[in-house]
Amino acid sequence: MRVTVRLFARLRDLAGSGELVRDVPGPATIEQVWRSLVKDMPALGDYERTMSVALNADYSRMSAAVKEGDEVAFLPPVSGG
Amino acid sequence: MGRAGSREPILIIEMPVPLVAVTKDPLSLDALSAVVADGAGADGAVTSFVGLVRQNNLGRAVAFLEYEAYEPLAVRGLQRIVDEVKTSWPNAKLAVHHRIGRLALGEASIVIVAASPHRGDAFSACRYTIERVKQIVPIWKHEHFDGGDVWLEGATADPDDETARQTAYRIACA
Repeated sequence: MRVTVRLFARLRDLAGSGELVRDVPGPATIEQVWRSLVKDMPALGDYERTMSVALNADYSRMSAAVKEGDEVAFLPPVSGG
Repeated sequence: MGRAGSREPILIIEMPVPLVAVTKDPLSLDALSAVVADGAGADGAVTSFVGLVRQNNLGRAVAFLEYEAYEPLAVRGLQRIVDEVKTSWPNAKLAVHHRIGRLALGEASIVIVAASPHRGDAFSACRYTIERVKQIVPIWKHEHFDGGDVWLEGATADPDDETARQTAYRIACA
């Protein structure tokens, strides 16, 4: 199953890209997408405690199920304003 | 040919100013005030907050800021704040625009305008909005300073965190 992963701010810098296409065995949750990502890029792992996640541009939870073609985003703590 | 001297008609399209926006364009307090305040006299108060790029941050000499957003979710976040304001201060009207991209010192990164029949609600709605933006809107500052750069990281965004919302409300009504 293929999903698009979006990364922002320092997570994007650490990964070297803001958008990645990832293949994960289905059925999967956001957490499983994250685990597979951290396996390839261990430097991202520190963000697990502080980041937020989004599914198709809406805030979501690590336990949410993902479908083929979904967009999963991992968001460091925000600093707008 | 024979077009020398002919002129194309000029078509001016006035785009309505949206109540919420995430934009690369410079922000306008006047434009936002005009869409929020009721010109017919229903509103007795308009308050605004304008956030500017500051030259000193935690002792660092800031050169410029780059703002990044997860745009569709940032717009949804701003819309959510507008809805929250409507619930807490039903008489207040609100507009909020956030700028992204590279901003020089002194430029406006955010403009918030609130209007209401009486001043209390407008002040509170404005303050609540900036506190909530800092809590739940997926926008990030990349600070470039004399000697390096750093991503600023504030709050873990969780719009369903009722404690955070209550904190913003308390600050707004202090």
